[in-house]
Amino acid sequence: MREYLLGNAAIARGLLEAGVGVVAGYPGTPSSEIIENIVDLKGEATLHVEWSVNEKVALEVAAGASWTGCRAAATMKHVGLNVAADPFMTLAYLGVGAGLVVISADDPYCHSSQNEQDSRRYCQFAAIPCLDPKNPGEAKEMAAYAFELSERFNIPVMLRPTTRVSHARSDVEVADARPASKPGRFIKNPARRVALPIHARPLHSELLAKQVALEEALESAPWNRLVLRGKVGVIASGIASLYAEEAIADLDEDISVLSLGTYPLPKKLICRMLEHVSRVMVIEELEPVVEEQVHILARTVNPNLEILGKNGFIPREGELDFLLVRNAIARMMGRPERAALAVASGILPARPPSLCPGCSHRATYYAMKKVFGKNAIYPSDIGCYTMAVNMGTVDTCLCMGASITLASGIRHGGEEEGICCSLGDSTFLHGGMTGLLNAAYNKARITVTILDNSTTAMTGHQPNPGTGQTATGESTVQVSLEDLAKALGAGLVETVDPYHLDETIEGFARAKEYPGLSVIIARQPCVIKARKKGARPKPFRVNEDCVGCKNCVNFGCPAIEFDDDAAKINMLCTGCGVCAAICPANAIQEVI
Amino acid sequence: MRTSECDMVIVGVGGQGVILISDVIGRAAVLAKKPVCGAETHGMAQRGGSVINHTRIGCKFSPMVASGGADVLVALEPGEALRYAHFLSPAGVALVNTRPVLPTSVTAGLAEYPPLEDILAPIQAQCSRVTAIDATSLASRAGTAQAMNVVMLGALSRHIPLSEETILEALTQVVPPRFLEANKRAFALGKAEVE
Repeated sequence: MREYLLGNAAIARGLLEAGVGVVAGYPGTPSSEIIENIVDLKGEATLHVEWSVNEKVALEVAAGASWTGCRAAATMKHVGLNVAADPFMTLAYLGVGAGLVVISADDPYCHSSQNEQDSRRYCQFAAIPCLDPKNPGEAKEMAAYAFELSERFNIPVMLRPTTRVSHARSDVEVADARPASKPGRFIKNPARRVALPIHARPLHSELLAKQVALEEALESAPWNRLVLRGKVGVIASGIASLYAEEAIADLDEDISVLSLGTYPLPKKLICRMLEHVSRVMVIEELEPVVEEQVHILARTVNPNLEILGKNGFIPREGELDFLLVRNAIARMMGRPERAALAVASGILPARPPSLCPGCSHRATYYAMKKVFGKNAIYPSDIGCYTMAVNMGTVDTCLCMGASITLASGIRHGGEEEGICCSLGDSTFLHGGMTGLLNAAYNKARITVTILDNSTTAMTGHQPNPGTGQTATGESTVQVSLEDLAKALGAGLVETVDPYHLDETIEGFARAKEYPGLSVIIARQPCVIKARKKGARPKPFRVNEDCVGCKNCVNFGCPAIEFDDDAAKINMLCTGCGVCAAICPANAIQEVI
Repeated sequence: MRTSECDMVIVGVGGQGVILISDVIGRAAVLAKKPVCGAETHGMAQRGGSVINHTRIGCKFSPMVASGGADVLVALEPGEALRYAHFLSPAGVALVNTRPVLPTSVTAGLAEYPPLEDILAPIQAQCSRVTAIDATSLASRAGTAQAMNVVMLGALSRHIPLSEETILEALTQVVPPRFLEANKRAFALGKAEVE
């Protein structure tokens, strides 16, 4: 049976059809829907699925399950792999029990990310094989095959979809889920489970030795396809092979094509191509991983070969598309390029994403700025609230949890202005706790604001340890952020409700005056989630007392408009009431 | 040469229901045993931002429609129609909901939202036909303003190589049963706009 599936849903199917027993991950666009689909599809299956606290934790949980004889997968976005890099690198040495698959979803063009790093480089670095799907169907097949490969070579395997695979949809053949691996036993084997130097040295040799056999096995994988035609060739990897095939069909050229989907690369296939052609173009997104290999191989098999790629034909940044690839091939063939159409749309106002109407982060930032002033430093973090950059309260965004540590460094570096950093509840639990502990231990005089909307909102409202719910909706321990902050050494810990602006301003004022490390927990459930649960507070309206001062308009809520000489509140109002507290003329009131 | 049977681009503002249209089309194509693929916007851009969805029926290549390649542009918001008009092929048609969603820059009085004629004229110059539809009003008439996207789906159904029965069967798969009748009325009203 075929179904129209999102790439991430196809990956979830692939894992389930391969009998996965444990899936752990941390949400991050474009990877989040893999675990959500596992939860939706698992039915009565006994498999364990979890939102872990962060990616390192997820990979270690998955590794433990693998070592217990249970097929396991860890899911994350590409920058999450940086967090998981520590176990990732050494797991390559220690190997697996049952199959272990690491899914790292890359985001060329930074659609929803802070960088566009290429996970294939991590695989080269760790000597871990990588499967690079071009579409949802291939992603599903590869997800299942990754377990076999992992078990056969005793090594973790990476599946690396990109945004245009994870968030593509296509018709995909689906089958029933296989029962999850039986409950296993951990078998003690220090030589393979304890990375002491005496064990690591031989394991490193073993890891290097298995690369040859791995390459041999992947040489015949169905995702590497060579079609020899004319004396000009194209070598393309992952989704770039779809752009290339479409471009060649469109140009109707007699070009030899090698499509690649596995790493280590199939050298024999590549050499057959290089021997056949006199000119070749390598088409891949981001890093020249294939291209570098082609240069090395060509030296031996075809030294006069002309190699085109990142040398001015294919960009090393951003994502590729059909037209870009078509034009690169057209240029190589001496054919005219096709200009992208342009329709003048300068008359349109921009429509950037913004904080939702009634979002409590806006109120928290308003109060924060009111107290700390425009000269204070506001390190921030990764989440919906990064969109508040226009409010002047987001001075930095580096990586998960870095708001607190950057704030500490800014203080120790000599900054004497007020420093008030902010991060969400999920981000705090992911990567902020160690930074808070460090700030306390090393006496950083800063204020840390935890924007607690009790969910992981930006990626689609996944639960976290502060919500009292697991990935499958079961209730569990609800970790107290107040207790955590105190235990980590914060001197002043206060909780405020950002919808009560006076209370929030007073809280920030005490934090600002506090001579040590202070923590403000600004708690109000995410407005989208609250509304989904049925919360419908009465909306607000502007009465005839409006003096047109625009204080409420400048607050930036999409529910507040300005017409001629007065403010007005539109249908988007969620009834948070914060604008009424801002209005100096008492002109905003609840609709009765 | 053509590398797909029918290419469409569906655009709007986060929350308007762009993904539902493509999901219905994709499911209908599967029912009709045609290869189908698409690409959609998730994550950060969804928060009230501009969203675009590509859907390609009878296509085995990449999920994205090329600039100048769309047979149909479906816009749930007029400004977004213009923003993505460069995807339209010269032979293509544009189906545009005429009800604007004002961005915050406009509601705050910092920018102006252009008049509808100024938005539609450059789109008209780009393609063979623009059909302007007051889909939001039609959806209200059908019983729920939420079904604005289904009004547009009804209009779209006249321009794609899938039968009405198949599309309605797919719609039944994705719409909750209690809203199905209103959605079917919305679909019929949208379809009538291009008859």
